[in-house]
Amino acid sequence: MDPDTETARDGSRLNQILLVRLDPSWLSEETLARSVDGIVAYSGVCSHTGCDVTDWNDEAHRFQCPCHESQFDPSDSARVVGGPAPWQLAALPLKVLDGRLVVAGSFEGRVGFQQPGLNPFGL
Amino acid sequence: MKLRSIVTCLSAVIVASSLPAAISAQTNSEYSAVTDARLMNPEPENWLMFRRTYDGWGFSPLDQITARNVDELVPVWTVSTGITEGHQSPPVVNDGIMFVTTPMNQVHAIDAANGNVLWTYRRQMPFDLRLMHPTNRGVALYGDKVYMATSDATVIALDATDGSVAWETAVEDYNGGYYMTMAPLAAHGNIMVGVSGGELGIRGFVTALNSETGEEVWKTYTIPGPGEFGNDTWPGESWQTGGAPAWVTGTYDPELNQTYWGTGNPGPWIGEARPGDNLYANSVIALDADNGELRGYHQYHWNGSWDWDEVSAPLLIDIERNGRTIAGLVHPGRNGYLWLLERGPSGIGYVDAQPYVTQNVFTSLDPETGRPRYDMQRKPGIDRPATFCPSPHGGKNWPPAAWNPLTGLLYIPANNNLCSTMTGEAVEYRRGQNYTGVEFGGNSLADGADHVGELQAWDLASGERVWTHEFGEFANWGPVLTTAGGLVFQGGTADRWFRAFDARSGELLWQQRLNSGITGVPTSFEVAGRQYIAVQSGWGVDAAGSQRNVDGLFGNPETIVPQGGVVWVFALP
Repeated sequence: MDPDTETARDGSRLNQILLVRLDPSWLSEETLARSVDGIVAYSGVCSHTGCDVTDWNDEAHRFQCPCHESQFDPSDSARVVGGPAPWQLAALPLKVLDGRLVVAGSFEGRVGFQQPGLNPFGL
Repeated sequence: MKLRSIVTCLSAVIVASSLPAAISAQTNSEYSAVTDARLMNPEPENWLMFRRTYDGWGFSPLDQITARNVDELVPVWTVSTGITEGHQSPPVVNDGIMFVTTPMNQVHAIDAANGNVLWTYRRQMPFDLRLMHPTNRGVALYGDKVYMATSDATVIALDATDGSVAWETAVEDYNGGYYMTMAPLAAHGNIMVGVSGGELGIRGFVTALNSETGEEVWKTYTIPGPGEFGNDTWPGESWQTGGAPAWVTGTYDPELNQTYWGTGNPGPWIGEARPGDNLYANSVIALDADNGELRGYHQYHWNGSWDWDEVSAPLLIDIERNGRTIAGLVHPGRNGYLWLLERGPSGIGYVDAQPYVTQNVFTSLDPETGRPRYDMQRKPGIDRPATFCPSPHGGKNWPPAAWNPLTGLLYIPANNNLCSTMTGEAVEYRRGQNYTGVEFGGNSLADGADHVGELQAWDLASGERVWTHEFGEFANWGPVLTTAGGLVFQGGTADRWFRAFDARSGELLWQQRLNSGITGVPTSFEVAGRQYIAVQSGWGVDAAGSQRNVDGLFGNPETIVPQGGVVWVFALP
């Protein structure tokens, strides 16, 4: 979803979502508010250099990026708990509508990564 | 009023979008065009390509800075690049003008004597790009242009005098997992590049573009297609997604008109996923520089299962052995063996090889072909873990080795004693996504190991190691420069020291602590009779991850290495 227009980008890899169900008692207050029955959703694009976050550490209950081993805690807003990522994964609030799990709002936080050093208009 | 502000805004956008990507402080109308003759026989004061010469030696004939006076070396200027991540590019110098690249595909043109920035090119990346390896390894110079291969799989030609874009050509679709980090190779009017993406299900290739127009001249895949020799070393359709990238600059023999390219791992990483030899993964291939035809190959190890990319191009070194001169191809392999091959008009022959770091996978090599036999207990399979040495980072990764013709020694930036455990798992190809199919079981140290990083010096005539400098509990990710002054320069460790060694004895003669770790390729050049040593600092990418692992293995807290790129230039007072 484009954060400015809130329009879904059809076919964009930036649409990739991570969904995981955790014990609701593990969730931080902020995360709990975005969850449904322990199910939480985050952007699947790493905030470090934009790789797809495809790995799951089942012991530590963490998402892990295969590129540079950044780790994110889904029970606590996907905050960074290891590796070089500068900030958490963007969170997607969920709700139940007519018995179905649906998106409750736009991403909270930036999707993807920011290219450092690029300032095309400021030079 | 409202309409007027909208129009004003639109005008601003149009003006902004028509600005050149390069920011030029001044132009230099007296730029020295780079010809084939100059590339084949560069002036001593210049460093015109990735390793200075086509043979890949990393050797400067300058000898003002020597083993006797190097302890007087001081910084003379620095420039910040404004970028974090791994800076790996050599400061390339043509008659006093330096060109360096950085992660995120910047090019800086700098007055090499005083550090004045002449122009800067900054590429705007696509918003949906993924950067598995946010780095770049430098420019190629040819004619009046500067060439860079980019993270979004594009080759860009810039005007050397002001950084304006002459042309740009996408060689593949970055959404398919293709990207580029290497310095292009320029020869015979062609700009040659290979692609990265061995972890992302690509089909590797090397391609040549016309230096003036950017049009494709030839394209040779590193994995043969149906009907081509070697395609039957891949099961089914696996050749289409089998990896075998070529992500480090090739070397070139002008007499044979052959270029030599190292190729990386096949994908997925575990060989059981693609039974067969998997040509030409983990190989060196010889390609005709004019038409890209395959003239020969040597596969260092078959059915690769350890992520040992053999992407470093072999060094072209003539070696005297038993009264015979061997036109050698020398390759310190990521698989931990030091390979000596022989090049010729009809292809590549095997001479010999021996381990230079702890290696427990090969049980023997065929004396005629060099084909290794494996200890199958050390070869991970699907759902079958194996522990093996060296680790996937290899005995030597991409940082180039150097050859000094005056000492007759080859200098290898090595990592010893590192081992890993991996297990294969089923993986489904999804375009542009991770296609490794492994579960890491962690790293370990070889029995009794007390260090990891090494700088090794090898006498290639005798085939013996002459000296080794050990870097203790630091990994070594430092590209090597050697000079006619009898010196070897290298950084590479997380403690941020940039060092000079006596090329003959290995004695540490000088060191300077820099702002960040150094994974840049050091170079040497001369302006107005003064010799300089140049290197980019800027820690990141694989070196950072590697040191985190090594810290853990020795029970150390994580070494803190500040990031941020800086071009450093040193000289005698």
